[in-house]
Amino acid sequence: MNQIDEIRMQVMWNRLISVVEEQAMTLLRTAFSTSVREAGDLSAGVYNARGEMLAQAVTGTPGHVNTMAEAVMHFIAEIPREEMYPGDTYVTNDPWKGTGHLHDITMVSPSFKGDELIGFFACTAHVVDVGGRGFGADGKSVYEEGIQIPIMKFAERGEVNQDLLKILRLNVREPNQVIGDFYSLAACNDVGHNRLIAMLDEVGLDNLESLGEFILSRTHAAIMERIADLPKGAWSNDMLTDGYDQAIKLAAEVSIGNDNVNVDFSGTAAMSPWGINVPMIYTKAYACYALKCVVAPDIPNNAASLAVFKVSSPTNILNAERPAPVSVRHVLGHMVPDLVLGALAKAMPGQVLAEGAAALWNVHISARPVEGQEGRQAEVLMFNSGGMGARPQLDGLSSTAFPSGVHTMPIEATEHTGPIVIWRKELRPDSGGAGKFRGGLGQVIEIAPAEGHEFNFSAMFDRVTSAPRGRDGGEPGAPGSVALDDGTQLRPKGWQHVPAGRRLVLKLPGGGGFGQPAERLQEAIAADRAQGYVTGGDV
Amino acid sequence: MSIGQDIRLGADIGGTFTDIALDVRGTLYSTKVLTNYTAPEQAILDGIEIVTQDAGVDASQIDMIIHGTTLATNALIERRGARTALITTEGFRDVIEMRTENRFEQYDLNLKLPTPLIPREDRFTVKGRISAQGEELLALDEETLEIIARNIKAEGFGAVAVGFIHSYMNDAHEKRAREILQRHLDLPISISAEVSPQMREFERFNTVCANAYVRPQMASYLSRLEVRLKEMGAGCPVFMIHSGGGLVSLETAAEFPVRLVESGPAGGAIFAADIARRFDLDRVVSYDMGGTTAKVCLIEDFKPQTARTFEVARTYRFCKGSGMPISIPVIEMIEIGAGGGSIAWVDAMNRIQVGPESASSEPGPACYGRGGERPTITDADLLLGKLDPDNFAGGKIRLSKEASARAISLDVGEKLDLQPQAAAFGICDVVDENMANAARVHAVENGKNISENTMIAFGGAAPLHAARLCEKLNIDRCLIPRGAGVGSAIGFLRAPFGYEAVASQIMGLKGFDTAALNTLLEELKATAESFVREGAQGEIQREITAFMRYAGQGWEIPVALPDRDFIAADEALIEQAFKERYAKFFGRAVEGPAIEFVTFSVKAHDMRAETEGHPLTEEGQVIEASATRQVFDPALGGEQSTGIVLRDTLSAGDRVIGPAVIVERETSTVVTSPFDAVVQSDGTLLLMRKGV
Repeated sequence: MNQIDEIRMQVMWNRLISVVEEQAMTLLRTAFSTSVREAGDLSAGVYNARGEMLAQAVTGTPGHVNTMAEAVMHFIAEIPREEMYPGDTYVTNDPWKGTGHLHDITMVSPSFKGDELIGFFACTAHVVDVGGRGFGADGKSVYEEGIQIPIMKFAERGEVNQDLLKILRLNVREPNQVIGDFYSLAACNDVGHNRLIAMLDEVGLDNLESLGEFILSRTHAAIMERIADLPKGAWSNDMLTDGYDQAIKLAAEVSIGNDNVNVDFSGTAAMSPWGINVPMIYTKAYACYALKCVVAPDIPNNAASLAVFKVSSPTNILNAERPAPVSVRHVLGHMVPDLVLGALAKAMPGQVLAEGAAALWNVHISARPVEGQEGRQAEVLMFNSGGMGARPQLDGLSSTAFPSGVHTMPIEATEHTGPIVIWRKELRPDSGGAGKFRGGLGQVIEIAPAEGHEFNFSAMFDRVTSAPRGRDGGEPGAPGSVALDDGTQLRPKGWQHVPAGRRLVLKLPGGGGFGQPAERLQEAIAADRAQGYVTGGDV
Repeated sequence: MSIGQDIRLGADIGGTFTDIALDVRGTLYSTKVLTNYTAPEQAILDGIEIVTQDAGVDASQIDMIIHGTTLATNALIERRGARTALITTEGFRDVIEMRTENRFEQYDLNLKLPTPLIPREDRFTVKGRISAQGEELLALDEETLEIIARNIKAEGFGAVAVGFIHSYMNDAHEKRAREILQRHLDLPISISAEVSPQMREFERFNTVCANAYVRPQMASYLSRLEVRLKEMGAGCPVFMIHSGGGLVSLETAAEFPVRLVESGPAGGAIFAADIARRFDLDRVVSYDMGGTTAKVCLIEDFKPQTARTFEVARTYRFCKGSGMPISIPVIEMIEIGAGGGSIAWVDAMNRIQVGPESASSEPGPACYGRGGERPTITDADLLLGKLDPDNFAGGKIRLSKEASARAISLDVGEKLDLQPQAAAFGICDVVDENMANAARVHAVENGKNISENTMIAFGGAAPLHAARLCEKLNIDRCLIPRGAGVGSAIGFLRAPFGYEAVASQIMGLKGFDTAALNTLLEELKATAESFVREGAQGEIQREITAFMRYAGQGWEIPVALPDRDFIAADEALIEQAFKERYAKFFGRAVEGPAIEFVTFSVKAHDMRAETEGHPLTEEGQVIEASATRQVFDPALGGEQSTGIVLRDTLSAGDRVIGPAVIVERETSTVVTSPFDAVVQSDGTLLLMRKGV
């Protein structure tokens, strides 16, 4: 390659990333789903004609980003090349071929330049409803969790499949918003396609082959260097999580070879009868994410960088088989990084952070007027985060999502969406595990029905019975708790009731500490006291 | 009095330089003075001395001084404000610390979040609660407030901020709290319902904290300035430019200093808007590139695009989310870490990266020979022949090509096996691509197509890169105005007396409460006009905008409303306007979901003297270059013998065929091979794509 061509390739790589950013931006601006618009729960990417991901938007959360990377292969396997036309858009919410539960809609659009299929655009977003029991862990099989859309055409040659829309409209609770989001997803792929064609025309390329080859070979070389630097061998770890009604053991063995890293989940508990099972595609997404954070944080996510991370597992709760219920697969999925990082910490002592709250504390609230009173009915979704584990050289981040990449919503916006009052949402003192570096603090949230109302809520919480563990002598973070303000203890999973006049009190877990507490600097201890992060009377 | 009939002075305090522009009945005098951080007003006085002497006028003859400053921004970035107490609703002590609960960079496990402006120990809570509908759920606990007031007094705070939940719906508790506090405290008290009455507690609380935090410092600076100006004989009115691009009185500025954040860049956008009006260009993208950053702003119908919130003091590679949000009306600009001093490096994939780290003015680029050893954009520009080493900054600094080549080879060329010149092209093309991408995405965010715009480029480094940027963005025309080096200060002279009042009020469109809407708009109109009346007597123009969305969405789009009282029958008209706007942004309107209002805004400004519009001159007499040198042309992929023309020797109607370099004291305009340059009647250069 001559010198100027090398630079032109580099510049086009940047441009391709900008194309997918535009794609993601379009989705973010038009989505109806709270989790997309407020919390950034989406992903968008571009693929070559073989379905290998070349670039993806930095906006997004690992559970979508890394699952979508694989999803496109399923579409290519399902829809024959000769049935793909310009203007097509394909869709699915198959948990095993998409992103792990029915609420996520994945759309893939072929990109044609003239008659040539040059690649694909894909995007994923969480929609507000898919029918069934609603977002929660109570389903006994995927059939109870909502409508299943197999890989099929949402649009052919630009004509939207009206039969699909009719079926959808009758099967979901908020048809306008859900169908609006289907259109948003399709539109965002169109934006990506148009920008890509404009770019190729401008630079005089017929397809994505040479640029794709450049991107993947460069990335491959960089990631191989990182793998070469890692210690070789196998290390294992296990942990207990709350489960639905009984504790569940997760186990992993990380083996680092010469050209890949494999994570095996043998020894993990069997599938659960409740909707907390995780399809392998989602488990893999979070395992890859954890490894990449430690091994190659600066190397872009694409087919070449993801290819070195492999997973294997017998059928179990982290490799659930159809028709297992999977609606709340994110709770155990979010535990996977702590599980994998625990094994990696044995391979790379002193370099890996402590355990944290891990799973988001999402609350789905279904509020209604008390019988006989006037009022509003509404569904309200909140995303909340506990503390992150302490890092080898830094305290853990307080009330910050990890591994998920989502945001919380302003409570002022949340209170406009339904008849509830949030009386408290602030840091939870004394919840960070002690250590040379302190775990991040959890938070306390108090939610009441507005006057004359009551609500049911779907609990999707973890780390209530088993606290996040510290590392290298650090102490555990405080476990979570779910209760009413009169002291009644509630369960961490499943639909439960909050009557009029009472408050739901959620205490989110804090992160584990790192290193011996005795080694903590005096200034840091004094600052914790002054700020009220630590109040205990033991010193 | 309008422009051209009086003597106006614009003063812009920037990070490195304080720019002064004096307009004496239509003739412009300008100078740059080094910013003096310990006594910022001194640089202004020194500058006034210089320009008044140049112009042969006395300070007492100046009719009006318009001032913008980065002091408020710097105080926030450098955390040099007053010790401030925040009083907030019980249960919400940590809103400004918990932020969005998000990591703005997904893969960096050692991420540090910005520390809150006010530490936890200085945040006090009090019982009392307003609902989302604006009703009182719990009375304000006045006894606790009395105790807090006494504590604040005892502890030596310098300022107080009050931020209560839902105060944008009902400000009674915040106002009552201020009354009680005032009885005990002789401190400036800022309340969130006045500083930023918009929904979203993190943004609003952070904004009121920022206001309180910089208030003592800014108030003292502004009163010192006023006194010193009077001492030197300049007794004329002094107005401040605010982040929304309008003017406010010194009193308002001292009370709401957060509104001064980003006022300098706002001046640049007004400068560009004025040029857009002069040449009657309805769609313009302004491009301002200096030493450390580049800024891009969209200007439609001579009005810079505005937003209701922005982020200052980003701490992590200019990453979105790593700064602090400020919710005030602002001229919306995207800023990227790419300026002449930005440093180039190579990442793990052997990709060239540029910035955001900058060599700034000390040690500066490698070619300055002042100890800088890392390659910057200026070094790459020099090696490509775009800069004349013997004639930089009017010959004040001699640039070393050898030093540039050495730095570029070491940090970039050798790692990629590239010759120094190819590496220099790589650096420039990567940074130009980054700027182009940022501009393109920004346009998409606003439902616009960047290639349909005319570019207006200013700032020291912009003319070196503008033509290449236009190539990448498919833009056919680009203007390089005169005086581009002090663009912001000139822009101040063109600013209207203007103020934007904003308030959130969530309500469905279907069967909306016309009386409530009319009352709210009346209040906003009164607020906005009262600020404008501080400086303007004549007719006032108003623009009413509703920010609307489909119920369930989180992103509102601006919809222009007629300036009159509304009746129930207006529902259809507003729905129609919303759907048209929506389709313009996102392709097509959605059928089915309900539509709602979220926020209303009233912009009021005085009527400015219309700058006379005249069309662009696109034809011109070809002139021959006096000299040539080898300059790298990106489109042709190699060095070309390129004409060198002195800008001062050009006159209106001259045409310079690209590739060429047009040289002036502060900068050089690079005309790449796809473009020609045509000189306009006012000396502005028009870069025009050949064959258009």
